[in-house]
Amino acid sequence: MIVSLPPFPHLVDEHWRDVARLAHALAGPSHGDDVAQQAWTQALAAYPRLTHARNLRSWLLTITHRCAMDHHRTARRTTPHEDPSTLIDAATRPPPDLPDGELWARVGALPPRQREAVVLRFVADLDHRAIAAALGTSEGMSRRLVSDAVAELRLDVKDTP
Amino acid sequence: MTNPLLTFDPPLSGPPALGTTDVSFTTEDTAVGRLLVAATPGGTLLACAYAADVAAEDRWLQRLADTVSPRVLRHAAPTDRARRAIAAYLTGASRSLDVPFDLALTSPFQRDVLTALRERVGYGERTTYAALATASGHSGASRAVGTALGGNPLCVVLPCHRVLPASGGVGGYAGGPAAKAHLLALEAGTLSG
Repeated sequence: MIVSLPPFPHLVDEHWRDVARLAHALAGPSHGDDVAQQAWTQALAAYPRLTHARNLRSWLLTITHRCAMDHHRTARRTTPHEDPSTLIDAATRPPPDLPDGELWARVGALPPRQREAVVLRFVADLDHRAIAAALGTSEGMSRRLVSDAVAELRLDVKDTP
Repeated sequence: MTNPLLTFDPPLSGPPALGTTDVSFTTEDTAVGRLLVAATPGGTLLACAYAADVAAEDRWLQRLADTVSPRVLRHAAPTDRARRAIAAYLTGASRSLDVPFDLALTSPFQRDVLTALRERVGYGERTTYAALATASGHSGASRAVGTALGGNPLCVVLPCHRVLPASGGVGGYAGGPAAKAHLLALEAGTLSG
């Protein structure tokens, strides 16, 4: 074998919390676990085909983002009578007893691309190169989406990477 | 002000539950030490190795990942048959270790040595590194044979503990000299306690 990949349990031990946080941030408390589980199942299936072991964290979080988006698409398809926007917002909103519930209501109200970008940037702590790849856009657009979201959320933060 | 998104801390239910894949492993404390046992989904034994600590365990997992598949997960069930056989052997209830195994983790030279060992040195018998070198077609390579046995991925099952130095004593062993002496005493029927 040309490429040496760490045994899969190392990935799980090191990254399961980050994957679960991102899944919860993108799919909400009621579907976060499902999305995280789906992401790990897909990652396990694809793992031996990886051609290098760089940025495994970024690779896992990108899969998690894709699973969350698939989840939203499926949810929209299977419940045609509901207004899709309320469906997503309901799924994204954390329980009101969470300390940052108010902030998350505002995150949930962001336009979808801004919400994804700001969550990938700060919850997942990905750089703009990875975010741009996940969103299928440019690094410049990724920076713009994040800065718009930060302004909208009135967060007092610097977005350096 | 810290960025509250960075510290987003939802209640998490735990690591994911993943089914069995290419390689399953478990660790077990036995009379001769802590063993890492790894098998294919069909129960073919890939490794039975001494793993006294996490570092040793990690080295074997990386070897399995590099050689067989990186999809190595902790699942006991596929290793059950092998572990039952090993347990029966260690209690003296069984003299044969009839477990399907795979030499995927061995080098060609190790394969020669371990195959000769298995075919020629039975339960309770003993040989020397030099004699095994000759028997495996590598006459004079007794030092290399010692190294090959030291890296035996199928300890106990492929009985490298039956190979002793011609100069006397039990010699080296992956599980330590005490484990080697224990196995030799078990097979000789002189195990005390």
